[in-house]
Amino acid sequence: MAKGQIVAGCLAPHPPHLVYADNPPQNEAYSEGGWETLRWGYQRLARKLKDIDYDAIVIFTPHWQTYIGTHFLGLPEFKSKSVDPVFPNLFRYNYDLQVDVELSEAMREAASEEGIITKMMRNPDFRVDYGTITSCHLLNPKWDKPIVTISSNRNAHYYSPEVMIEQATALGRACAKAIEESGKRVVLVASHSLSHRHFVEEAPLPEDMSKEHIYNHSQYVWDMKIVEMIRDGKSREVIDIMPEFTEQTIAETEGGGLIWMLGAMGFPDFPAEIYGYQSVIGTGNVIACWDPNDDTREYVL
Amino acid sequence: MSETNESEILFGIYCPPHPQPLLSPEASEGYSNLRTAYDECRNRIEESEADIIIVYSTTWPSIIGHQIQALEKAVWTHVDDDFHYLGSMPYEFHMDTQFAHSMKENCQKRGLEARTVEYEGFPIDTGSVVALQLLNPDNRIPTCILSSNMYSNRSETIVLGKAVRDTLAQQNKKAVVVVVSSLSNRMFTEHIDPKEDRIHSQKDDDWNRKILEFFDDGRLEDLSQLSRDIHGQIRVQKVVAYKPAWWLAATMGQHNNYDGEVLAYEALHGSGGAVITLTPSSGSVGDKEFDEDDVEFYRGDRNVLDKGMLE
Ligand SMILES: [Fe+2]
Repeated sequence: MAKGQIVAGCLAPHPPHLVYADNPPQNEAYSEGGWETLRWGYQRLARKLKDIDYDAIVIFTPHWQTYIGTHFLGLPEFKSKSVDPVFPNLFRYNYDLQVDVELSEAMREAASEEGIITKMMRNPDFRVDYGTITSCHLLNPKWDKPIVTISSNRNAHYYSPEVMIEQATALGRACAKAIEESGKRVVLVASHSLSHRHFVEEAPLPEDMSKEHIYNHSQYVWDMKIVEMIRDGKSREVIDIMPEFTEQTIAETEGGGLIWMLGAMGFPDFPAEIYGYQSVIGTGNVIACWDPNDDTREYVL
Repeated sequence: MSETNESEILFGIYCPPHPQPLLSPEASEGYSNLRTAYDECRNRIEESEADIIIVYSTTWPSIIGHQIQALEKAVWTHVDDDFHYLGSMPYEFHMDTQFAHSMKENCQKRGLEARTVEYEGFPIDTGSVVALQLLNPDNRIPTCILSSNMYSNRSETIVLGKAVRDTLAQQNKKAVVVVVSSLSNRMFTEHIDPKEDRIHSQKDDDWNRKILEFFDDGRLEDLSQLSRDIHGQIRVQKVVAYKPAWWLAATMGQHNNYDGEVLAYEALHGSGGAVITLTPSSGSVGDKEFDEDDVEFYRGDRNVLDKGMLE
């Protein structure tokens, strides 16, 4: 059996607004569009992924929050409706998705061997979180690949950002090992925004782009710093600056997704492809892809 | 009904959000004690003349202001993010839609951003599901659930409580109010044998017991005034502040004239789980200095930088 490998790593923010703006048949809400910079960026990245041969998507989400260890989806199929608890007016999405349980179990076991507390989630009534649904919908609208969702353990809250970095890195290492041993080709997804201060009011028409802007300039400057670093292939430096970035911008990086993904990819020193940056209800969002293949890596934006 | 009527709150309940008392009360003596306390509260609600149960849940965070559950019949099967292996929680809750809509208006009159949510399949949070399943299993009394805005701090939370009072007075309804929150909220980060459950640390236990003394003495406003200390000492810093006592005091009345009763205090995977009732009475035992301003109207974040600038 050939060694498995990570064929791409995507930083894929999940504002439900982007699915809402797309008007897919699965979503009950209707919009007049909006947030094209991100949506068109996503569409371009989705086209790239279509040309990559891969078996599964493994996604780390900040909206399945666990305090007792890291949990993995552990049933082959989940079908239900995901309603966003914060933006239910925008996101009521009927999903029907497949899970690569074999890969999920292998990653859980590898994580456990790394000393991480783990749990398989095998309750059939469990609702898959909207972070997973949004990022996966935008990266693979056909849903023709199985996924694995990994919960985000909130150890930044319980201990410190430094502990979180260590644990997320160890989890990434473990997942990479399990993927290699599985023989599968896998796309990793870190599902989150960068700066994450929201406006607490919503425009009467949420997709009215004349009202959309970053919450404040400081958030923008920090986001651009991160974008510049990943563009330059400085992923270790991104991790070093992460505690301060997260604190200063209330960033959604606090869940550990990007650290997990970069850790799994061995902290790449090649540049990330940038597909777009835009604010959504004040938060800062970048779509990026780390393509380890020197022949297919592009300078997108 | 005039808007100057005093609102009538029959009693308040403080109870924990975790699902063990609902799903696995037999797993430990502690969980079973909590369940017994919940059952006692359920009986008291049934014997009361309550027209509505109002729930403020710390496990329902919101971003766009304050969300108010308004779906007439909310039906779903809920599963907890951490404790999914304990089982599913099917529910059907009946909301007081009339209250929910007036509550939104009264929030807005007091300067708060607020909206009702009325969507089939809306994910009602674990804390609300546990509390309502145990306190009002047959939907004998309609309910209303309020979210906890993740950015809100004291003034917003106090004003939210006052909007509840406005609405109750307007509609001439008698209420039981329920806060769903742990005391200390640090859980064990590994899976444990329920029989070996205990409060995560001695310090958390000491603080919890001090807070319970205040509750037992009916000193609600004193607890409200102590909220920032409680947040710093025994709350994992997930949100900006410990808000339940602010909301409960603002809703029930900002004083210490209550009969308090601690029906149970037990560990829930390390966190402090207490079922407490507070009933309005007379005679105050308060001895704390009330050092923070009362707030009637929310004016948003004051832009200190702009105000401090030279013209
Ligand atoms: Fe998010």
